Amino acid sequence: MSLLETIPSVFLDNGLEIKLKEIRSAPLISSWVWYRVGSRDEIPGKHGISHWVEHMQFKGTEKISPDEMEKSVARSGGVWNAFTYLDWTTYFETMPADKIDLALELEADRMVNTTYDEKEVDSERTVVISERQGRENSPGFWLSEALHNAAFRIHPYNHVIIGDQVDLESIQKEDLLGHYKTYYSPNNAVVAIAGDFEKDKMLQRITELYQDIPSGDDPPRVNRPEKAQRGEHRLTVEGPGETVLGDVAYHTPSASEPDFFPLLILDSILSGPQGLNMFGGGGITNKTSRLYKRMVEDKEVVVDIHGGLPATIDPYLYSLNFILHPNSTTEDALKILDEEIQRLQDSPPQADEIKRAVKQTQALFAYGGESITNQAFWMGFSEMFASYEWVTSYLDNIAAVTPDEVQQVAQQYLQPKNRIVGIYHPHKKGNSNQ
Amino acid sequence: MTKQDFSTLKSNSLPGSDDITRIQLKNGITFLFRPNMSSMTASIGGYIQAGSIYDPLEKLGLADFTTSTLMRGTQTQSFQEIYDSLESIGASLGIGCGPHTSGFGGKALAEDLPTLLNMLADVLMNPVFPKKDIERVRSQLLTGLDLRAQDTNSMAMLEFDKLLFKDHQYQYPSDGYIETIQALQVKDLAAFHQKHFGPKDMTLAIVGPFESESVISLAEEHLGGWLNEVQAEAMKVPDMPSPENSVQIHHAIAEKSQTDLVVGTIGPSRNWDGYYSALLGNSVLGQFGMMGRIGDSVRNEAGLAYYAYSSLSASIGPGQWMVSAGVAPENRDKALDLIKTELRKFVDQPITPEELQDVQSNYIGKLPLSLESNAGVASALLTMEQHQLGLDYLRNYEKMIREITPGTILEAAREFLDPDRLVISSAGPES
Repeated sequence: MSLLETIPSVFLDNGLEIKLKEIRSAPLISSWVWYRVGSRDEIPGKHGISHWVEHMQFKGTEKISPDEMEKSVARSGGVWNAFTYLDWTTYFETMPADKIDLALELEADRMVNTTYDEKEVDSERTVVISERQGRENSPGFWLSEALHNAAFRIHPYNHVIIGDQVDLESIQKEDLLGHYKTYYSPNNAVVAIAGDFEKDKMLQRITELYQDIPSGDDPPRVNRPEKAQRGEHRLTVEGPGETVLGDVAYHTPSASEPDFFPLLILDSILSGPQGLNMFGGGGITNKTSRLYKRMVEDKEVVVDIHGGLPATIDPYLYSLNFILHPNSTTEDALKILDEEIQRLQDSPPQADEIKRAVKQTQALFAYGGESITNQAFWMGFSEMFASYEWVTSYLDNIAAVTPDEVQQVAQQYLQPKNRIVGIYHPHKKGNSNQ
Repeated sequence: MTKQDFSTLKSNSLPGSDDITRIQLKNGITFLFRPNMSSMTASIGGYIQAGSIYDPLEKLGLADFTTSTLMRGTQTQSFQEIYDSLESIGASLGIGCGPHTSGFGGKALAEDLPTLLNMLADVLMNPVFPKKDIERVRSQLLTGLDLRAQDTNSMAMLEFDKLLFKDHQYQYPSDGYIETIQALQVKDLAAFHQKHFGPKDMTLAIVGPFESESVISLAEEHLGGWLNEVQAEAMKVPDMPSPENSVQIHHAIAEKSQTDLVVGTIGPSRNWDGYYSALLGNSVLGQFGMMGRIGDSVRNEAGLAYYAYSSLSASIGPGQWMVSAGVAPENRDKALDLIKTELRKFVDQPITPEELQDVQSNYIGKLPLSLESNAGVASALLTMEQHQLGLDYLRNYEKMIREITPGTILEAAREFLDPDRLVISSAGPES
């Protein structure tokens, strides 16, 4: 199964985009429906509403009760789930090929027919609040929340996807229903299916299921671009524990910008490779990345460090997260981190570092490609912020990055004035940390 | 509209005795291989009888510390050289510690299997435990223990194990305690490696696009010559009776928003005759659909928790059968009452034929999904070997699942679950 095969989109009259990929390695089909709605579409007072709507999508329609919905997928031996992100919300089922029709019908039905029962809304309110409270138990959650608040003064990426508790307590059924009706329509969705089927037959079935769903109005978008940051932000969060955590985030361009690929190579060199796999495939360790080698091994200022550069519609963040070594200080850790960044700004990486990053990317693609679920995921995911060509040309774009381009993006984006430094301090250690 | 069948592959070739190679290498290592010619990658996995049950009491965490340091340097390669070889080709290799065994797993592009096997053999056979590296790992492990102390889920489980497995090896955490990790010396790690790492009772599995002859020859070349005459015998652990009465503990961690709750008892071992009845019963109780009956009650109807499910942890020795939930501190007792009510119902009445049919279909239907990747197949091969399930286990699986009845599930439930004899552990804010 080639990972790089071009998959043309088919559009129904109501605007629904369909991407289909035949894969005959196992009698399985993975079906995904993607909606262009996420926490970026939320306004103050309604933070967390996209994620809550995702929960409500499991509460049944006139045709199928929530209980039957859950059980029908499970008794078919399928797995299903849903995810809400900054830019999108998605629902998937991976099932034995002879059972997938059930999922196709279910997704078409809940695109427009979900029942928003008052009792279910109330019961789900406490569930969503409980989900947030579970995350609050982790110090990293508080740090991430504070960092997003500081990084985005204007843009809606400023709040965590789960939402603010005060909003989760006040959002009403009408709000949820309104959000659902605004964003859940065929013209705001992509259906991506991969697995053991014949394309023509599948397309005919998808057409049958979706063609009568009317197109909606173009959904409103919060258009509040973030202005360039004018100086470094530093923040601290205090809480229980013994361990100091750090999160250093730099404003970076969107995934569709040309600079994104040199930044991916930069990330790979500095903090280790990341792939696009959401399901299995595993990862590659980052022990030979520059920051791990210098900060964990040579200087022992941190016990672990990882980086992340998510693909998003609007400019977002390149984050470096570390756990401080108990015998070190945040000042020491940041000093070494800055030295390594300076090194990359002063001289371009070696060609073999780029070669290694390319090979790592190839391997991550190969591992991820074993999963039909991953293959279907990639088709829809990439359409949310670019197009599937972004995936099919991913390896070529990575391979085409030059050392000078990596140096240039390091100089342009990894500047102190463009970053937010967040530190989680356990109470007893105080702000000085020692 | 009528339901449509899209499948074009009418049969799914599950691994079985005609396409799994199982041999003993020259030194006795059990070697399993299944080809996957359509794949571009290789997966390896395996285990050695070197788990945390071998930790002396004053050295808890020793097995875990030892496995964490095997890749820190060998007689011929430094830590950086080891990872440079692996990461430069996009390969990965990891070694971890469980109660009975230390397990390893790795993957690489198919052409790099020799490099991966060579590395595995070197770190298993020739680690040198460099002093400086040991101290670095010690700092990491101690930081991990600091984080564990703040993690409500980990602390609820830790207290649960301590109460459930009183006077049994399973009561101790495999990652030890701060005091024991601080006290361990390089010589302890080297001695543990010498005593427990070797080919005896070791299993290695490989899955990928290879001919069996070539992959056997590779395994022989890299691991077939490993000998350890002083390697200890695998240890058996005693059975564990269920608790005599219910016992409850709360571990307070300040400033947490949520309480993690674990309620349970002793469960079956993997080789217990009624294991599949317990497995399917557990699915009805707290897995199927949105977390089964427990999920229906605690999450869907009462809205008390984001997660509330039951689980069965069954391996070589006595297992655990438990229910876990994350709840607001003020709702802990309410959730506990609902969980007990469901447990009582579960041991009072047989599940319905519809419930049985649902979970049977679920278990049979999801099998191919677990075998989609090479790593999934390697993992299945290792489970089959560890519990002596036979090479045709996956092909017999459907029949075994179909043989379960509501009656056998009720028997299994009554064998282990008693709502009046539970260990109840929670961790969160002061209650």
